[in-house]
Amino acid sequence: MQNKSTRALYLIPYGAWILLFVIAPIALVVYYSLFDIHGDFTFANYGAFFSSVYLELTLSSFWYAFLITLFSLLIAYPTAYFLTKTRHKQLWLLLIIIPSWINLLLKTYAFIGIFGQYGPINAFFAAIGIGSTQLLFTDFSFIFVSVYIFIPFMILPIFNAIDRLNPALIDASRDLGASPWTTFRRVILPLTMNGVKSGIQVTFIPALSLFMITRLIAGNKVITLGTAIEQQFLVTQNWGMGSTIAVFLILFMFVIMLFTGQKEKGGASIGKTK
Amino acid sequence: MGKQSNVQKAFLALVFIILYAPIFFLIFYSFNSNGTMSSFDSFTWEHYAAVFEDTRLIMIVFNTVIVALLSALISTAIGVLGALAIVYLKNRKLRSTLLSLNNVLIVSPDVIIGASFLILFTAVGVRLGFASVLISHIAFSVPIVVLMVLPKLLEMSDSLIDAARDLGASGRDVLTRVIIPYIKPGIFAGFFLALTYSLDDFAVTFFVTGNGFSTLSVEIYSMARAGISLTINALSGLIFIVTVGLVLVYYALNRRNRTPVTGVKK
Repeated sequence: MQNKSTRALYLIPYGAWILLFVIAPIALVVYYSLFDIHGDFTFANYGAFFSSVYLELTLSSFWYAFLITLFSLLIAYPTAYFLTKTRHKQLWLLLIIIPSWINLLLKTYAFIGIFGQYGPINAFFAAIGIGSTQLLFTDFSFIFVSVYIFIPFMILPIFNAIDRLNPALIDASRDLGASPWTTFRRVILPLTMNGVKSGIQVTFIPALSLFMITRLIAGNKVITLGTAIEQQFLVTQNWGMGSTIAVFLILFMFVIMLFTGQKEKGGASIGKTK
Repeated sequence: MGKQSNVQKAFLALVFIILYAPIFFLIFYSFNSNGTMSSFDSFTWEHYAAVFEDTRLIMIVFNTVIVALLSALISTAIGVLGALAIVYLKNRKLRSTLLSLNNVLIVSPDVIIGASFLILFTAVGVRLGFASVLISHIAFSVPIVVLMVLPKLLEMSDSLIDAARDLGASGRDVLTRVIIPYIKPGIFAGFFLALTYSLDDFAVTFFVTGNGFSTLSVEIYSMARAGISLTINALSGLIFIVTVGLVLVYYALNRRNRTPVTGVKK
């Protein structure tokens, strides 16, 4: 095998990357959270975070993220399950994924037209006699668009998990007299839980921190942790407060990862492990 | 498993329609001479012409592609070296620590990456613009390359390397003629994912781009905030075709190399 010095050489660029772009940014965020807008050392940002304004914001952000994740899961699980039963399942999966490769901004932009005052949904409402309603800049449109964006990401890990399920287990369950519902609840769901967890992880964390969908679709009606961070950094220029919110978002992220984590993390290795 | 019932087919069809409807909605109105996304007047190519006449927009597309290609190339190089470094590490604890650190940027929300990189660039004194955007894109693409290459390296049998050694290959030969060809599918997968990460990124770029530099996502955002402009629709029609093309190439390559990877994008 190769000698030690060449191996050390491999480690240098990668190690430098970890130091500079993984450890240093987190350390800097924590450091900046300890300064106020004038550059004085303070814990006031943390005090401010526990004020009612930010606690409400955090709660509502979690509530929206929860709803988005729940609806995505409710649509994605059956979709993934039915997909595994199609004849050309890889092809169908590819077709499901293609929309997720289209730029996020464009898909969000499309909904400005679709939900608009004169858009097709309102035209439909008018046709069936409901009359046009304000759709854009509401909670509904925000959740709908977010769910739309996240569905493919939720489908993918669940599909992989179901696809790896040994069909003999389902046959066995049926032979032993279980109803389809029992088979699903006691066999299929527990064995595909890892996929569900990965799906929740790739949906919930980004849903907490969305800011461009809230800006474009929800106006200023919905404020998430992400919107708040963007606001503090780029509008108010209060990096200290922005960093403080970021610190908490990072903490929430680790907690969520603990709950949804598996031995192997990351999108590439989803499903049952050896 | 059992046969599909009609209910299941209907459900799948509905999901497909919902997923594709907004995209085709955009493309449909890109041919609207009316200039709005509500009433279709008559067919026109004028919005596509507008895209190609807008030199600023063309420049931004060009910037976006350059950043994507450069960042994908560089992050692939760093990522492959990183995967090699991880594999060669004997210390198990250090290895799992490195892997956990690797995954931090994959699960981090974009806003956090953007904000923390903004602080980093300001602290170090990098001017916001092309350089900061490129560096950020490299930085957030490295971990996915590592994740794509690592499984290939791990499944590679040691005896291949031993055989090459016994046959007199130098350390360099082993790397370039045995290891790299073996892990090539992983490298390609990583490169393609890095490319799409970069092309698709909005939030991180939004934070670290200065006034003078813009990528497509950021430009679309500011255009969309200003209201409906059918130039965006025409642009999305073009992007849709390019994206589908890229996806097909990626899957064709993947299929040929028979790697069971399906990248999860953020």
